[in-house]
Amino acid sequence: MPDWFRRRTPQPMNERSPDVPAGAFTKCAKCGHILYAKDFERDLKVCLRCGHHHRLTADERIEYTVDPDSFRETNAGLATADPLRFPDYAAKAERGREAAGRNDALVTGTARIGGYPCVFAVADFTFMGGSMGSVFGEKFVRAADQAIESKLPFVLFCASGGARMQEGLFGLMQMAKTSAAVAQLGEAAVPYLVVLTDPTTGGAFASFASLGDVILAEPGAYVAFAGTRVAQQAQTHKPPPGYQTSEFQQERGMVDRVTPRKELKDTLARLLSFFGGQSGSNGEEAAAGYGDTKNPAGIASASRNGRGQA
Amino acid sequence: MASMTVLEFERQIAELESNIAKIREIANRENRDVEHEIADLEQNRDALLHDFFQALTAWDNVQLARHADRPYTLDYLPLLFDDFLELHGDRVFGDDGAMVGGLALFDGKPVVVVGQQKGRDLKERQKRNFGYSRPEGYRKALRLMHLAARFGHPVVTFVDTPGADANVPSEERGISEAIARNLREMSVLRTPIVSVIIGEGGSGGALGIAVADRVLMLEHAIYSVIAPEGCASILWRDPARGPDAARAMRVTARDAREFGFVDEVIPEPLGGAHKGPDATAAAIKDALARHLREIGRLSKTRLLAGRYEKFRAMGRFLDVAAPARLDAPPPAPVPAPTYPETEPAADVQHNP
Repeated sequence: MPDWFRRRTPQPMNERSPDVPAGAFTKCAKCGHILYAKDFERDLKVCLRCGHHHRLTADERIEYTVDPDSFRETNAGLATADPLRFPDYAAKAERGREAAGRNDALVTGTARIGGYPCVFAVADFTFMGGSMGSVFGEKFVRAADQAIESKLPFVLFCASGGARMQEGLFGLMQMAKTSAAVAQLGEAAVPYLVVLTDPTTGGAFASFASLGDVILAEPGAYVAFAGTRVAQQAQTHKPPPGYQTSEFQQERGMVDRVTPRKELKDTLARLLSFFGGQSGSNGEEAAAGYGDTKNPAGIASASRNGRGQA
Repeated sequence: MASMTVLEFERQIAELESNIAKIREIANRENRDVEHEIADLEQNRDALLHDFFQALTAWDNVQLARHADRPYTLDYLPLLFDDFLELHGDRVFGDDGAMVGGLALFDGKPVVVVGQQKGRDLKERQKRNFGYSRPEGYRKALRLMHLAARFGHPVVTFVDTPGADANVPSEERGISEAIARNLREMSVLRTPIVSVIIGEGGSGGALGIAVADRVLMLEHAIYSVIAPEGCASILWRDPARGPDAARAMRVTARDAREFGFVDEVIPEPLGGAHKGPDATAAAIKDALARHLREIGRLSKTRLLAGRYEKFRAMGRFLDVAAPARLDAPPPAPVPAPTYPETEPAADVQHNP
């Protein structure tokens, strides 16, 4: 498990090549292929050669997924408390704040994807491994409440190592809290779309991340109940090839579609359209069509003018 | 004194007791009056017990919760219920020995019982998968809980697992999905649920049957986000620092009560539940009856609202000023919903 706490952002290759401007090239974290930085950005940080999907910060994810300037953050002021006064927790949270530029690991707000308004949440792995503490759970529930209130679909990108140990049972209980919120989304017939990204494990995968109406996953992501360390201990069965990847989870029926990063935005827009969304420039007007299960006309009108904007 | 482990301590008590027995035997043989000496020794033993249990550490509780003689779910069931009828299987793949369940009568009224089960000898431990519940266990539990809701009976669950099974077959059959589904479905299950943590409340594996209206916990049971050894090995790369992790994570029943994760701590006899299973069961029975009576009076709407709010409220966080670049208008406040005191007559049981 600990190796995913380390940042794996590609390092600039400028020390052995003095003629090259700093940051012009990066190296694939998986295959080591040297990539032209501009191409790497254009390819949404997917390796040109091996297809490795590099981890993204919340800001990068928002930039790559939602319509330009459509994201409005909510509840950004919710910040980590230290309810158990757990050793080193305050310092770790502070480092997380510096690394992620956020107050905790879940970023929530509203946005548009291909013109379709939605409530949008993304877990930032750079903040303590995306782990789920009180703030994560509270922001998740508030976002779900907002989705129900405004009848907007809830789109969530997960990257999380699970419950945050430093909050003890407060961490564990976020599994129940978020799952209960998903039940409320279901009762209100508000679509809940989940995208699993690298890595999604433990308490996250065993709660809200496994409960999407539709579950997409990025290729090659580590998606599992057991983190690597647990998985290696005392296994009585030989793991099959590709064990605990997105592809494995799709094969075992736990994921609807493994979807490459460059297709995610379009796929999400199609799903939002299917679930009755109406695209448009005004969120309030467009929102009226959602969740109204008695009005399937919303689907028809959406499919006429929806995807062109993606 | 509490620096001694539970097992060391129990060995010392056992030594004292065997000394008392020996003295008594010799006295009987030689026809001498030693009652005074024996009374002194017994007093010593009781004082030792009392002092040790006064100063229990978090780690002592971990050891008591995992004690090999501690009563398990199937030990309690005949002491708490009449006519327990075990039902097997998840109707999907198989039957999990680490999770038992069935129908029973509590004070003459039908209830559905679900509980995690460990084994005592090697054969039984293998059958019970050492208490690590598998996907089939959670699916069986949910099947039985749905059965309870459909026919209007309460659910009682007993939590005792080191954690959910993380082996390859469980991963392949969706252990995460099985737990997640239980968390979601239990939060809206239209019947009263009481959970009792009787031993190890191991992380998501425990929570998977513990989203309840009332959560009760035995005095020396533990409830933890991760096993203390696991926490220590991740944070400090040293599983031997489990005692530190147990203290830091606040895994004891008293801690769980203090932070509002459990509604009541059920006392155990001096020495732990294994020193008096009957007395422990009597205390559980008393608490169960009280809580079932209280939540049984609520309308379904109130019951479910209360359950949702209970877990909704679990979390401690700060609300600081948002960083300037992240400004956004706060969402409109949601008015607090009101719930009718009693169930409307037309409200029928739904098939979930």
